[in-house]
Amino acid sequence: MSLARDMITIIAVSAGAFFFLAGTVGLLRFPDTLTRLHALTKADNLGLGLVVVGLLPQAASLREGLKLISIWLLGLLAGATVSQLIARTARQSERAK
Amino acid sequence: MSVATIFEIALAAVVLGLGIWTTAVRDTYSATVGFVVYGLLVALIWVRLDAVDVALTEAAISGGLGGVLLLGAAARVRDAGFMAAEAPGKAARVSAAALSMLTAAALTVAVFLLPDSASTLAPAVVAHAWATGLTNPVTNVLMAFRAMDTMLEKVVLLLALVGVWSLARDSAWGGRPGPRHQADPNGVLVFLARLLPPIGMVVGIYIFWTGADHPGGAFQGGAILASMWLLAIMAGLTDTPPVNRRRLRLLLVAGPGLFLVVGLGGLWFGAAFLAYSPALAKPALLLAGTPERSAQQ
Repeated sequence: MSLARDMITIIAVSAGAFFFLAGTVGLLRFPDTLTRLHALTKADNLGLGLVVVGLLPQAASLREGLKLISIWLLGLLAGATVSQLIARTARQSERAK
Repeated sequence: MSVATIFEIALAAVVLGLGIWTTAVRDTYSATVGFVVYGLLVALIWVRLDAVDVALTEAAISGGLGGVLLLGAAARVRDAGFMAAEAPGKAARVSAAALSMLTAAALTVAVFLLPDSASTLAPAVVAHAWATGLTNPVTNVLMAFRAMDTMLEKVVLLLALVGVWSLARDSAWGGRPGPRHQADPNGVLVFLARLLPPIGMVVGIYIFWTGADHPGGAFQGGAILASMWLLAIMAGLTDTPPVNRRRLRLLLVAGPGLFLVVGLGGLWFGAAFLAYSPALAKPALLLAGTPERSAQQ
């Protein structure tokens, strides 16, 4: 059982790390604000989500697992809101030009 | 060399590089963002040092609350165009750099002069944890063993606040500190400011409560509560209370005041000022810890 749990952790956390890497490469390489935001959402939503999924089998108790999931949900909320704010500001300054 | 050591060296190098970059970069906004990231990375270092309480404080104050305040200040400085007019002269900058380098050199010398095995009171703190019924040693030190320092710290916070207030122009005295924020009432920020504070208040109170036995406490919980309030202010949902409002002043004095009452209670029921009798220790400590957050706000 322990081996299966460790396998899930290794696979999911590695996949999460890959999405973080992809998001960072996108942030550095994409040409404008909106596409860069698009790249960042991959790191926030999928990357963090996969890391949390990978850590869940290692959680000692139900409470700890719920805390991990709520970290992901709060991350989603913050990421989505900030992306919206940045995107709106970017569009307004584009119109102003 | 283990993986953990490599990670720690990389972390220290990144923090050092980020610190230099934050100092060197010309744009105020970039420097602020650099400083926030710097605070979060320093919090990671505290976690590696097993100082989770300090890490929480660092993340909440330097990364969160301080970051928001600095961003606001950067925006106002940019709007008002202070930078060009009030840029310090060359002599001031050179002497500031010299002073910083001197301080850094003195700190380095002090670190190298430290004895290899410093005298520590940590075992004594852990051994006497039974006296308060709390198991978090940091909270024990802050709230019980060195309660006098914490109480005086709250008084210092009040003095600092009075100092900030008195920087206001004569015409603005007694009014609301800072501008009234405007935001699109149907916008995303307002949505977040309505959705997040209930969650944030639960988290803040939980961190305050759990500080008795686990990492956390009044400082960290108070910082989270304060940032929730700041979010509502920034979304224009509420406004900062005017300085001359009596309720605000009473609330501010209540922080150190309540601590003082608890301390005098120690004189009445126990052995000395701020001495808690073992049976009443936890409720008394809770009472003494509560006003910390009101004082911070």
